[in-house]
Amino acid sequence: MSFINYASREINCKIVYYGPGLCGKTTNLQFVYQKTSPDAKGKMISLATETERTLFFDFLPLALGEIRGFKTRFHLYTVPGQVFYDASRKLILKGVDGVVFVADSQEERLDANVESMENLKANLEEQGYKLENLPFVIQYNKRDLPNVTSVEELRSLLNPNGVPEFEACATTGEGVFETLKAVAKLILMELKKGGAGG
Amino acid sequence: MLGPESSNFVMYDEELKKINQVSDKLLREANAKVIFLVDKNGQLISSVGETEHLDTTSLASLTAGNIAATGGLAKLIGEKEFSILFHEGEKDNIHISIVGGRVILVVIFDQRSSLGLVRLRVKKASEELGAIFDELAAKAAQEDQGGGPSPFAEITDDDIDNLFS
Repeated sequence: MSFINYASREINCKIVYYGPGLCGKTTNLQFVYQKTSPDAKGKMISLATETERTLFFDFLPLALGEIRGFKTRFHLYTVPGQVFYDASRKLILKGVDGVVFVADSQEERLDANVESMENLKANLEEQGYKLENLPFVIQYNKRDLPNVTSVEELRSLLNPNGVPEFEACATTGEGVFETLKAVAKLILMELKKGGAGG
Repeated sequence: MLGPESSNFVMYDEELKKINQVSDKLLREANAKVIFLVDKNGQLISSVGETEHLDTTSLASLTAGNIAATGGLAKLIGEKEFSILFHEGEKDNIHISIVGGRVILVVIFDQRSSLGLVRLRVKKASEELGAIFDELAAKAAQEDQGGGPSPFAEITDDDIDNLFS
């Protein structure tokens, strides 16, 4: 649900980064934060535990410039990836406009990826969304590590519908902006299709 | 397209003016420092008062997270929601309430006011704000049905690519 403000001529959209624990959601946001000019970003907020695991969410507001006379603002959120934080994940998905699924390419995390994807679908459906109808992209993260599953296998398990997908290494930033750009584009295309009210 | 993703939240000049009038009045009558309105997804709708040194975007996001978390707690114990939250600090306090089931009203105040006064004034302002948001919803639905062309219908790929250049 985008917020279209005719009074201040702004469009606000919400993007949620989803995925299993330690897959690199927060790292994605940190890289975007580091590489964005100060006037285009707000403060990045991380509600994390003492060991820097996401407890509730990370939040990064981004202003991308104008489109058709409207300032476009994207609010980037991550969810806590650990299985037992499911109640928090549900809350963060409320009002989402687009989803990025960050998969951990390491072989030993294959099951965790599949489980998290199922969890995403279930949590969206609980709120009346269908993943197929939402702007959605997938990022295969940690491609720089030695023990990774092939993209083909990840694709067959996680991306049967062929949504836009990107290989990434969030620590160096490879693929991070490509992923963000792709989901932002899908959201704006959705806005174009739906018009101002739906 | 059906489902909750089909309805965008829309704000117009006229309604924003009315909202700011009510907020200004509440600011004065409650002796508050800052008042802002946030939608339940964390988007800031309006703010009045001493906002120069405040990161209102972050405040909006955290307020919505707070309301969402508290709402989750409420459901777990069989309540529909907790409609009022109050955080007391050494100098400043935050009073958070839900207006019309969908918008969050936040009042920041210090020792120049009191919780009792804020609660009293918030109650009255909530009714007025609720009525404005009802009007807004009706107007947005009407525009959606038979309004003019959307300004976004003409978005091109180039427009989108330019955002990232």
